[in-house]
Amino acid sequence: MTTTTLPTYDEAIAGFEPVIGLETHVELGTNTKMFCGCPTDFGGEPNTRVCPVCLGLPGSLPVANKAAIEATIRIGLALNCSIATWCRFARKNYFYPDMPKNFQISQYDEPLCVDGYLDVEVNGETVRIGIERVHLEEDTGKTLHVGGATGRIHGATESLVDYNRAGIPLVEIVTKPVPGIGALAPEVARAYVTELREVIRGLGVSDVRMEEGSLRCDVNTSLNRPGDEWGTRTETKNVNSLRSVERAVRTEIIRQASVLEAGGRIVQETRHFSEETGDTRPGRSKETATDYRYFPEPDLVPLAPDPAWVAELKAALPEPPRERRKRIQESWGLSDLDMQSVVNAGAVELIEETVAAGATAAAARKWWLGELARRANEAGIDLSAVGATPAQVAELQTLVDGGKLNDKLARVVLEGVVAGEGSPTAVMEARGLAVVSDTGALTAAVDEAIAANPDVAAKIRDGKVAAAGALVGAVMKTTKGQADAKAVRELILERLGAS
Amino acid sequence: MTDLTKLTAAELAGTIASGDVSAEEVTRAHLDRISAVDGKVHAFLHVDADGALAAARAVDAKRAKKEQLGPLAGVPIAVKDVLTTRGVPTTAGSKILEGWRPPYDSTVVERLRDAGTVILGKTNMDEFAMGSSTEYSAYGPTNNPWDLGRIPGGSGGGSAAAVAAYEAPLAIGTDTGGSIRQPGAVTGTVGAKPTYGGTSRYGLIAFSSSLDTPGPCARTVLDAALLHEVMAGHDWRDSTSIPQPVPPVVEAARRGMSGDLTGVKLGLVTEFDAGDGAEPGVMAAFHEALAALTKLGAEIVEVSAPHFQYALPAYYLIAPSECSSNLARFDGVRFGLRVGDDGNRSLEEVMSLTREAGFGPEVKRRIMLGTYALSSGYYDAYYGQAQKVRTLITQDFNQAFEQVDVLVSPTTPFVAFPFGSRTSDPYQMYLADLFTIPTNLYGGPGISVPCGLSDGLPVGFQIMAPTMADDRMYRVAAALESAVGTLTPPSLEG
Amino acid sequence: MAAISRDEVAHLARLSRLAVTEQELDTFAGQLDVILQAVARVGEVTAADIPPTSHSVPLTNVLREDVVINCLTREEALAGAPDVQDDRFRVPRILDEEA
Repeated sequence: MTTTTLPTYDEAIAGFEPVIGLETHVELGTNTKMFCGCPTDFGGEPNTRVCPVCLGLPGSLPVANKAAIEATIRIGLALNCSIATWCRFARKNYFYPDMPKNFQISQYDEPLCVDGYLDVEVNGETVRIGIERVHLEEDTGKTLHVGGATGRIHGATESLVDYNRAGIPLVEIVTKPVPGIGALAPEVARAYVTELREVIRGLGVSDVRMEEGSLRCDVNTSLNRPGDEWGTRTETKNVNSLRSVERAVRTEIIRQASVLEAGGRIVQETRHFSEETGDTRPGRSKETATDYRYFPEPDLVPLAPDPAWVAELKAALPEPPRERRKRIQESWGLSDLDMQSVVNAGAVELIEETVAAGATAAAARKWWLGELARRANEAGIDLSAVGATPAQVAELQTLVDGGKLNDKLARVVLEGVVAGEGSPTAVMEARGLAVVSDTGALTAAVDEAIAANPDVAAKIRDGKVAAAGALVGAVMKTTKGQADAKAVRELILERLGAS
Repeated sequence: MTDLTKLTAAELAGTIASGDVSAEEVTRAHLDRISAVDGKVHAFLHVDADGALAAARAVDAKRAKKEQLGPLAGVPIAVKDVLTTRGVPTTAGSKILEGWRPPYDSTVVERLRDAGTVILGKTNMDEFAMGSSTEYSAYGPTNNPWDLGRIPGGSGGGSAAAVAAYEAPLAIGTDTGGSIRQPGAVTGTVGAKPTYGGTSRYGLIAFSSSLDTPGPCARTVLDAALLHEVMAGHDWRDSTSIPQPVPPVVEAARRGMSGDLTGVKLGLVTEFDAGDGAEPGVMAAFHEALAALTKLGAEIVEVSAPHFQYALPAYYLIAPSECSSNLARFDGVRFGLRVGDDGNRSLEEVMSLTREAGFGPEVKRRIMLGTYALSSGYYDAYYGQAQKVRTLITQDFNQAFEQVDVLVSPTTPFVAFPFGSRTSDPYQMYLADLFTIPTNLYGGPGISVPCGLSDGLPVGFQIMAPTMADDRMYRVAAALESAVGTLTPPSLEG
Repeated sequence: MAAISRDEVAHLARLSRLAVTEQELDTFAGQLDVILQAVARVGEVTAADIPPTSHSVPLTNVLREDVVINCLTREEALAGAPDVQDDRFRVPRILDEEA
C-alpha cells in the first residue's frame, strides 16, 4: 500500500477535466407496491406486508400499479423528457436473497421516459444536466447481516431477510454524462440532486428524503487531460446526503488525479463512499461485469400511455421549483447571492414552511441558515434531518418575539429541541430557561450586583453609564443568563438614579 | 348397479343434480377406484380424501336446500401438481418442492371449488412441466393404462392417465408445448389447450410464461368443453389474461355432436404431412380420421406453413430461456428444499447444492440452455432470433386461417413409447412435440381427440383454431368423436 | 453456431447456481452440444426486418388501482421457510455484495 500524500482538490483538478454522471433512485409514495396490493407504509413487524407476489412464491404473477406509472410519467415530464408511446418491462436476472424471484422486474432498452434535462444554478451560472432516461422498477427487501463486527456484510455469519420493502415502486433517473464543468463538478453534482429533489417533491410523488432512503444516489466520475477522450469512470455508491454527493465527487477526483499523475490506470469499478472518512473505497472486485441476461418481461404486457392522457398530465404539472424560487426570492426581498445560499443549504422549503407557521422570512432564514445549518454541517447531515421542524422554529421565534426568551436562551432551547426533548415551549419549561420576568426577583438580583460592586456602582452614579455593562454581566451570571439584558441595564441605571 | 366411474362428467353432473345419486357416493366411488388401481398407474402424487369428501358433502347440502348447482357440481376432478392448492402439497413433480403447502389457491383451482367440482388430488407430471413422458418426475413415472410398460405422455401424464384409468372423469392439465394434448393422444383421451391467456396462470408454477396454458382433460369432447367453460375467463391477477368472454365451447361441442361439418374447411399443413415426422401407424389412423371427417361434409385444403419446421428449435430456445429465469426463485431461502447448510458454507454454496439436489437432469439442461440463449453475445442469435421466428410462425397461422377454418394434424408423431426409449438423447424426446408446438408459439387453441389405434395403442387427432376461436375446434372435435367413438383401454383389474 | 465446450457449461452452471458434478458436466456438455446445434436452425431464417414476438396476446396497459389488498399473515409467509429467525428468513453468510 502506497503512502503518497494526496493532493489538495485544487491541485488535483488543475491538470484534468472531470466528467460526472448521476443515477438516482426514488421510492414512490404510492399506497401499494409496484406489482401487488401490499401496503407500503413504514413500520410493521418483519414479513407482515407480503403476499405471494412480492414473496416470489411459485405461481405468483405481477400486476402493474397504475399510480406508479402515472407518477413516473409526471417525473419524466417535469424533467422535460419524451414519454415512450410503447415500452415494456424487462427482467434483470441475478441471484441475491433480498430479491425474492432472483430477478428484478425493471426496464432495459425501452424506458418509459427519455432524453430530458434539468437546469441547475451553480455560482450564478446555469448548467443544463441532460437526462438520459427515467424508468420504473421494483425495490428489494432488507437484509440484516448478523455476526460481524459492524453489522455489515463482511464478517457476517448469517443474514436475516425481511421482505416488507420488497416490491416498493422505484423510479430510476439517469443523467447523461456531464462534461465541461471543470472544478465545479462537486457543486454541480450536489446542485443537481438538490434541484431534482425539489422537482420531485413538488410533484407530491415521493418524500425524497435521502436520510430515509427514499432518494438514493450513485455518482459516476472520470477524469481526462484537456483535449483527450473521456477517462474510465468509477461508480460511487452509499452516498446518503447532499453533502456526501459533493464530498464523494471531490474525493474521487482527488484520488483519480493522484493515480493518473503517478502514471497509473483507473480501474472501472464500483466504490463505496464512507461517511466517516469522506473517501471512497473499492467494492469487491469482479473479474467480469455481471451479465444480467435482460429479456422482455413475459408476465407483463407492454405499456402504451395514451398521448392525450400524457398531455393532460403535462398541462397539470406544478410550477417548476426554479420559477417558484424566483417568485419567493422576490417576496422575501433577497439578493441572488442570498437566495443561492438558501438554496444551497437546502432550506427553501424549510423556510417557506416556517413562514407558513407564523415566522417572518428574515427570522426563519436566521435560524435555518445560522444555528441549524451550523449543526447540520457539524453532524454531516442534511438540513432537513437536523431534528427541528419548521413549526418548532416558528414557535421558538414566537417565544423570542414575546420576550419569553432572549437570543442566547433561544439557542439553548433549540439544542434541546434538536436533541428530541420536545417542543420549544416544553423544553423551555422543563429546563426552566424562560427569561426571568418577575420584576421583584430581577430587582433583587440587580441590587445584589450593585451591593457586590460598589466601585462600579459609584462610577455609574457619576455618569459613566458605560460601566453598567459590567453589572449587567454580573446580573446575567446570577440569573444564569435568563434575563433580558436590555431590561437589566435599564433597571440598573434606574436603581442608581442614572437613567 | 352403475359403475359411477365409467360415467362421463356430464352424466355424473346430471345424476347428482337430479338427486339419483349423491355427490358423496360419486366421490367415494372414485376414491375407491384410485385405491384399486393407482398402485399400478401411479397417476396421483397426493390424494386428498378428506378434502374431497367435504367438498362433496357441501354439494349435497346445497342440493338438499334446493340451491342452484353449477354444470359440474359434485363431479370429481384431478389437478396437475403444477397448480397451487392451498394447504395441499404442491410439488410440480420436483424434489425441490417436496412437502410444500402453498398458502394460496391458483385461480383455476379457486374456480373449480366455486363450481362445486370435487378435487380428488394432485397428479404426477414431468418435473416443472418439462418433458413428454412423465419420466422426469422426481417421484417416479406414471404408467399408461393402455400398457403399463409405456409412457402416458408428458408433461401432464398423471392427469391424462387418471382420466384414462377412470380414476376421475375430469382433470386439469397445463400445456406449454403439448403437455395436455400429447398425453391425451397417447392415452386415448381428450386434451385441450385453450387460447393462451384464456385460462388464468395465477397460481400456475411457471415454466415458460409466454406459453403456459391451463386446460381440460376428459374422456369426451363435451366433458372437456364443460370443464373449459368453468375454468376459463379473465383474471385480474394475471396481466396476460384475455379480457373477453370465454368462447362458446359447450354450445359448439353440442353442435358438433350432430355430426354435420358441411362447409367446414380443414387445413392440412403440407409440411406436417411430409411423412418423415410421424410413425406410419399414426399417419394411417390420421388419414382414416380425415376420411371420416370428409364424410361429415368437411373439405380438406392443403395449406403451407413454411416456418413450422423452425417451431421446435424456436420453442427449445424460448421455453428454456424463460424457465431459466422462472426457476431462479427455487434457492432454498423462502420455501422448499435447502441442502448443505452446515454452518460453514456460504449462501451461494447452499443455493447451488440445493438446486443441484432438488432439480432433475432435464430441468438442469433447460436452465443452462436458457441461460446460454439469453447471455450477452448470444441473445440476438438465439433468444432474439427465436422470437422473430415466432412472429413468422404467427404469420403462417394467420395466412392459413384466411383459407381454412381449422388446421389438422396428428397430435404427436409416435404412439406411447416404452419407458427409457427416449431418455438417453434429449432431442429424441423433444420430437414428441413436433406437431403441438407451433400453436403454442402462435398462442392459439388446440385439441387432441382420439381417432383410432395403431398396434393397439391410441392415436390422437389434433385440431387447431385461430386465437379466441376455441369453439371452432370443439365443434370439429365433437363431430369426429361422433364418427369414430371414444376409446376404452384394457381393464386394469387382474 | 459452434459447439459448446465443457468450460462453458461449467460457467453456465455457476451462473445458474447449479453445483453440477464432474460427471454431470461431461454428460451435459455432450447433450447441450447436440441440442444447441439443433436449435441453432433458427438462424437459417432470414429475419432481419421481422419484429420479435414477446407476447402472443395483443394487450397493452393492463394496470391495477393503487388500493391495498390483504396480505398474507406472517405465519403464512414464513410457513414454508427452511430457516426462520426473529420473524425473518435466515440465510447463511452472503459472499457477494448487493448489486
